[in-house]
Amino acid sequence: MKDYSSGNDLVREISAEKYKYGFTTDVHTEIIDRGLTEDTVKLISERKGEPDWMLDFRLKAFRHWLTMEMPDWAHLEIPEIDYQNISYYADPTARKKEGPKSIDEIDPQVMKTFDKLGIPLEERLALSGGVAVDAVMDSVSVKTTFKQTLAGKGIIFCSMGEAVRNHPDLVRQYLGSVVNYRDNFFAALNSAVFSDGSFVYIPKGVRCPMELSTYFRINAAGTGQFERTLIVADDDSYVSYLEGCTAPMRDENQLHAAIVEIVVLDRAEVKYSTVQNWYPGDENGRGGVYNFVTKRGLVKGVDAKLSWTQVETGSAITWKYPSCVLQGDGSQGEFYSVALTNNRQQADTGTKMIHLGRNTRSTVISKGISAGHSQNSYRGLIKVGEHADGARNYSQCDSLLLGDRCGAHTFPYMDVKNETAIVEHEATTSKISEDQLFYCNQRGIPMEQAIGLIVNGYAKEVLNKLPMEFAVEAQRLLAVSLENTVG
Amino acid sequence: MIMMLKIENLHAGIDGKEILKGIDLEVNAGEVHAIMGPNGSGKSTMSNVLVGHPAYSVTEGKVTFKGKDLLAMSAEERSHEGLFMSFQYPVEIPGVSMTNFMRTAINEKRKALGKTPLSPADFLKMVREKRDLVKLDAKFMNRSVNEGFSGGEKKRNEIFQMAMLEPSLSILDETDSGLDIDALRIVADGVNRLKNADTSVIVITHYQRLLDYIKPDVVHVLYHGRIIKTAGPELALELEERGYDWVIREFEDSVG
Repeated sequence: MKDYSSGNDLVREISAEKYKYGFTTDVHTEIIDRGLTEDTVKLISERKGEPDWMLDFRLKAFRHWLTMEMPDWAHLEIPEIDYQNISYYADPTARKKEGPKSIDEIDPQVMKTFDKLGIPLEERLALSGGVAVDAVMDSVSVKTTFKQTLAGKGIIFCSMGEAVRNHPDLVRQYLGSVVNYRDNFFAALNSAVFSDGSFVYIPKGVRCPMELSTYFRINAAGTGQFERTLIVADDDSYVSYLEGCTAPMRDENQLHAAIVEIVVLDRAEVKYSTVQNWYPGDENGRGGVYNFVTKRGLVKGVDAKLSWTQVETGSAITWKYPSCVLQGDGSQGEFYSVALTNNRQQADTGTKMIHLGRNTRSTVISKGISAGHSQNSYRGLIKVGEHADGARNYSQCDSLLLGDRCGAHTFPYMDVKNETAIVEHEATTSKISEDQLFYCNQRGIPMEQAIGLIVNGYAKEVLNKLPMEFAVEAQRLLAVSLENTVG
Repeated sequence: MIMMLKIENLHAGIDGKEILKGIDLEVNAGEVHAIMGPNGSGKSTMSNVLVGHPAYSVTEGKVTFKGKDLLAMSAEERSHEGLFMSFQYPVEIPGVSMTNFMRTAINEKRKALGKTPLSPADFLKMVREKRDLVKLDAKFMNRSVNEGFSGGEKKRNEIFQMAMLEPSLSILDETDSGLDIDALRIVADGVNRLKNADTSVIVITHYQRLLDYIKPDVVHVLYHGRIIKTAGPELALELEERGYDWVIREFEDSVG
């Protein structure tokens, strides 16, 4: 058995590598022409064989999007994006009409890609502890594992495309119920052109027996990825869901604008974990993924709970605020985040905790790490509605700086309309001290390993919230992402 | 006699200010040397320069450690070669458990020596053994490095790390400072039990009291960046009784 109590075996294994997911796969991919018009939206809907209500949903969103402007309030410098110069649909499974039926039908190149990424698509090779995977490459889900096993418990775990076909009632009831297409520019864009993401439904009283996960892979050039994920946890259910993402190294910027919606009903609990490792661009800021994502959960039921954990190391620009609307009395929201930026990366990330119900509680722990010339911002809103008697929030935002050319910023907002609420905010900014590094060096630990060790120690509170397999990956990523920050 | 450390005409300083002004020192395997001196004499500079602290720069001289050019090595390479320093002020590293820290340190050294990493079982066995040496309880391995440790625990932890890393030459930098008599005994006892014919110790101290427990073979007096007197263990006692002034006067008379 491998002992992962020390992150440093891992740190060592990767000490020579940089972004190891930067390869491309040569697979026959059908890519629609660049550009975005109503015809594009219709074409996507047609490709996916969608019913009319789904097309209507898209078109409404598209028409609204046309009236909107890109938001500019974040502490980010976003180069102009030409939305007409992106292809909105790329299908690496296009050879088979209905998508692959069994593992044998998946293009071996696609299989190899996920193998190389460490995401086994054959159930017998599944990660220890059992993790069901929905693997999405570009715009299409290529394989979902353990579907049958899960179906035995009444759990639905499938691609969004499949859900629209096979579970239209559930999708119609919940899609857009948490993140309306009018919510923001990127939400409207996503609602118009979204492709596969995952759909999860956990029935009443069911505790999902394994971790569910979606692995998002961008492969095709000149495309964007616009996935959409919807998770519904019915009364008294539980699920832990993981999300991972990577993309090839390219000089061009690629757009990723996703929506994740989560609905948590009475006494149910959802844990949503992300390890975001999109290609961050090179050390001069060339290339990299623009990650503009709307993630929100409606914690609707009494005593329901939603916990977001994110480790953000990738992307050239990150714009992302996983949030909780705490509607049910006694409901709870949590946000645990490690956001690391290096070189020319920019991140503006945080959360919104909207307390509507009575005795709602929220916890926010944010750990920012900035290195190189990067800019790293925490932006958070704690809102307490007038009926939210006894609401409580605790927020802690820490920033760690490596070097003196990077920036760390904190933008905490509070809007409290109920006198009984208690809202606490703590913030610290620190640097890795030369004495800490030297202490490690004197004990024989070289500089890069020492930085990895200290940064992992700093982020431990958040990393501990991740499921084991992800925690290991996250530790490794933090160390790798900081290579060449010394000297 | 096997030469452990040879310092020749070492000049070094910090922020452009020269503090060591020509140190000569030879330490053989199996020997314990004490370096004593009043405040500001350069004791801490000397230990920091030997272990390669980046804030200090060497301007002249040569240091040979086990036959190799010490000054050409990075701090971690010196450690891998078997040089250890017990810090006067051990630093806290939040969130990094002692287990994680120690395993990393040991396995980095093993890697440098071309050995495979220590198995978790062997590592834990070693921890148990060495922990007893300085009477640290089992829980301390789960605590973050030095975080919230008492002064005594920090120094015992330094000696524990020394035991784990099995260095050839250990520099104890003011290890007695801030220790009560019980902790001092535990620390000294640990050092004595680690001592053998192949290892050497340099004890850097202002006071004699640690030398009651760790018996030196040679005592040096450092003053204004130079070693001004070298003698046997009886010198430490004399310094305790008479202070440093007489040695300084003797030195100043001799240089005229």
